[in-house]
Amino acid sequence: MLKNFEPNKIFLITSKAPKYILTAFIIIISIGLIEALILSPEDYIQSHSVRIMYVHVPSAWISLGTFSVIATLSFFILIFKNKSFILITKSLAPSGLVFNIIALTTGSIWGKPTWGTWWAWDARITSMLILGLFYIIYILAWRIYDNGEKANRITSLIAIIGLINVPIIKYSVDWWSTLHQPASINIFSETSIHPSMIVPLALMTAAFALFSVLIFLMKYNTELIKIKNKGLDRL
Amino acid sequence: MYGKKVKLRFLFLSFIFLILTLSVFLILKSLEENVVYFISPTEIKNLTEIDNKKRIRVGGMVKEETVKMTQNKISFIITDFKNEINVTYSGAVPNLFSEGKGVVAEGYLNDRSFLDAKKILAKHDENYMPPEVKKALEKNK
Repeated sequence: MLKNFEPNKIFLITSKAPKYILTAFIIIISIGLIEALILSPEDYIQSHSVRIMYVHVPSAWISLGTFSVIATLSFFILIFKNKSFILITKSLAPSGLVFNIIALTTGSIWGKPTWGTWWAWDARITSMLILGLFYIIYILAWRIYDNGEKANRITSLIAIIGLINVPIIKYSVDWWSTLHQPASINIFSETSIHPSMIVPLALMTAAFALFSVLIFLMKYNTELIKIKNKGLDRL
Repeated sequence: MYGKKVKLRFLFLSFIFLILTLSVFLILKSLEENVVYFISPTEIKNLTEIDNKKRIRVGGMVKEETVKMTQNKISFIITDFKNEINVTYSGAVPNLFSEGKGVVAEGYLNDRSFLDAKKILAKHDENYMPPEVKKALEKNK
């Protein structure tokens, strides 16, 4: 099964996929933005600042999800020496970092009118900042150690250590008293967002997910071409 | 099925991961006092000693019908439905500050039931709904 992840076979798909994904992304983000900015209602207490949520929440989800994928694949890289995952993890990191920064920035912009402060050192926000630092260290490690066995090991280890932070981010709002509100969307219990606000949230999440896949594929193809130019037919 | 090296690497990684997770857990557990963003009026009441030079944050609900505004001072009561604390503050409060809503007040304790706030933050809860729905909900109450 893992053989299917071999770069040469995957290149055929990844070099064609971006244009379809880009089309889907443009369609969904247009509908999503119209829903989020115009059609969806304002909130009963925060009025129009609720619209920031439609960017903030999807970005945070994608940033967390991307890191979880990187860390999981890193386990395979370290234990089974799976070479095909190396490029995948390396190419996933930049879009994860971008969405992390978007989540922190939009959170800050939302925090000023609602909470009355740009920044608070509460558990959720601080742990999210730590995730951003992990992304930066991870990307820097790739830069510093070039490509090679050493880089694979160090970056994978960074990702695995960073994985400890992921459940802390998720449950920080339940474990400690934080300024950040607890989760509104719950799988096992009732969701406390009105259905008319779920629609734009779902659309924006789909659009951002497509965008991060798009950035991932572009980065992945670049990495593959770099390897081909070096005259190596395998990793 | 897997080679010896793979098993060893698996064990090695699992141990590193376990040790780090445990350390993080213990560190956070022992630092709990600093990790929490605010404490409740009940916790203030149970404090063994109060340090009126230390800046602290108290969080809870703004008790209904206790907000009093004068020209440059605002006073209200923060409650966690068990205990209460009086808060005074001079300055502008955030837009979302209102009776019956969450609030975090940062300042200095005068005594166990009086906080001299230097900063007021409004806390938003996890409920999001359009104003019409809120009105309908209130009607049905």
